[in-house]
Amino acid sequence: MTDMLTPVLTANWADDRAWKLANYERRGGYQALRKALKMSADDVMTAVKESGLRGRGGAGFPTGMKWSFVPQNNPNPKYLVVNGDESEPGTCKDIPLMMASPHTLVEGVIISSYAIRAHHAFIYIRGEVLHVHRRMQQAVREAYSAGYLGKNILGTGYDLEVIVHAGAGAYICGEETALLDSLEGRRGQPRLRPPFPAVAGLYASPTVVNNVESIASVPSIIANGASWFASMGTEKSKGFGIYSLSGHVARPGQYEAPLGITMRQLLDLAGGMRNGHQLKFFTPGGSSTQILTAAHLDLPLDFDSVAAAGSLLGTRALQTFDETTSVVRTTLRWVEFYKHESCGKCTPCREGNWWLVQMLKKFEAGQAEEGDIEKLLDVASNIGGRSFCALADGAVACVQSAVKEFRSEFEQGYHTPAWELFPYEKSALFATNEGGRA
Amino acid sequence: MSGHEFQSYFPESGGVDYSDTSTAIDDRAIAELRQLAGRYPQARSALLPMLHLVQSYDGRISPRGIEVCAEILGISTAQVSGVATFYTMYHRRPAGKHHIGVCTTALCAVMGGDILLEKVSEKLGIHEGETTPDGLFSLERVECNAACDFAPIMMVNWEFMDNMTPAKATEILDKLAAGQEVQSSRGATITDWRSAERVLAGFDDGRADEGPTAGEASLRGLNLAQERNWTAPAPGSTTASAPAPSQEKK
Repeated sequence: MTDMLTPVLTANWADDRAWKLANYERRGGYQALRKALKMSADDVMTAVKESGLRGRGGAGFPTGMKWSFVPQNNPNPKYLVVNGDESEPGTCKDIPLMMASPHTLVEGVIISSYAIRAHHAFIYIRGEVLHVHRRMQQAVREAYSAGYLGKNILGTGYDLEVIVHAGAGAYICGEETALLDSLEGRRGQPRLRPPFPAVAGLYASPTVVNNVESIASVPSIIANGASWFASMGTEKSKGFGIYSLSGHVARPGQYEAPLGITMRQLLDLAGGMRNGHQLKFFTPGGSSTQILTAAHLDLPLDFDSVAAAGSLLGTRALQTFDETTSVVRTTLRWVEFYKHESCGKCTPCREGNWWLVQMLKKFEAGQAEEGDIEKLLDVASNIGGRSFCALADGAVACVQSAVKEFRSEFEQGYHTPAWELFPYEKSALFATNEGGRA
Repeated sequence: MSGHEFQSYFPESGGVDYSDTSTAIDDRAIAELRQLAGRYPQARSALLPMLHLVQSYDGRISPRGIEVCAEILGISTAQVSGVATFYTMYHRRPAGKHHIGVCTTALCAVMGGDILLEKVSEKLGIHEGETTPDGLFSLERVECNAACDFAPIMMVNWEFMDNMTPAKATEILDKLAAGQEVQSSRGATITDWRSAERVLAGFDDGRADEGPTAGEASLRGLNLAQERNWTAPAPGSTTASAPAPSQEKK
């Protein structure tokens, strides 16, 4: 048994100017790098494999295994690309991490690049977060000055160049192959796989694409050992992760805990729902994961348990909504997001999400007709699984699960507007004519 | 609801505005664009940062900006404008001195973002996608900006304004209009949208050390852990038979 919360990545977030190199080093920063550079690249890779670290960007693929897919006999350069395009609705962990402790990521980038034998790494960050760019750019400059980046790092003969790269507003670029196209200066549209990026990624060369939190976890694994990391979490979901609580919860925020903590425990830590209200539904891992309800409060939030319950752990983005919230309205707004963010490459996603939005608007306005629920599900089933990437699957996950859990609310959409059933101002966190948090 | 009623039209689509050929791109700008192209193993990778830089000079994606990018990268202007029109941060018409974004994706919308957008729109006298006649403000409804624990949020020149209310938003807009200093909740002193675009292109503005390490919500888990003396296990103490630290400490 470990403690309920286990701050590792978040441990220095309350420090004064934690983003400065000197302050990061004072806490033992870059000691893991020194240790890693004394190990062989293969041993670093093995340590990450043995830790059981699974990708923190949503899919949960084992990080060390992903690294091992890079063919070392390929003559092309190898690349590490960090996915900092955090845009999944509900997901808000990588942005505060890069803002507070950019050097954790930089150190992880160097160790990870060394393990896969890359000499170029890119940190791709969504454009709409100005201050994160300032902090990351500065951290990389500091790391160059300190000899942690550039030629002959710490006298070991290892070279690495790192570029902080700004996206320009496109959720789809969080999909790893779309991100690579975007990083090549193109429209961000997903590629057909295979080949996978490990074989033909950036510039058709072997490339590892990892989430910010995954790479940021690497220094702690090297510093403290794979068994230390694996002592936290569950058998198949090892280690810690940042759980992001948002919405109608009393104290929304970031809670770093061993994987497998339950929603009941997290809600308890966060002070329950806002005063006088009850939980109606929540997403376990962002809007692309099927919604869950109070019936799932004791579900361990690890990869396999959430999958067994018919949803996905995703990015541990726990968006909570109380009983004042209209499920129909919320679903509509999620699907409007996917409609807006569909890259347009695949017809089912590009057209289908437009159709879903138009149908859901009728449900919201109380103008849907008998049989429209079936039509909605029919359209959804022709989008999910019929497109190149997971955006389409995510788009229909909320529709299908919302109908499954709250069918009667959709039936009410045959005659009564959602705003009459659930006056929208009651869901707001401020009183309509003024005020702060309700 | 028959199939025929479904529409598939894209009102925001269309190209760059070629009727406005004004530009501020000079030799210095071209040198900086070349510098960006030189940072990458393959020059075209610099296109997104280069377009951010074009906006910092011209306040929009200008025809001249497209030409210069195409020339430097050795690709066609159609290829450049194809990229420029794909990403939402690139403006085809001049953005305001201050670019305001209100998040109305599901969670922020429900938490009050819809009401906030309405109030901000009313206050500025423009709709989303428009710029005020004096060029001071432009308004956009943004998609999830990764700050859900601070909902509802507003962005000013891509800096966070957390836990917004209509009153707080009004105060911020009044101050900006009056040229007074405004501080981001978790960032620097607000400059202007063009300066922000220059930073995104990769040019430092010396403001990284402004603002806090983290916002209040970001720290809630950490604060609780410190109060209750909860930590990750000590390295080396991690055999299967280790006693439960949480029991020891309570």
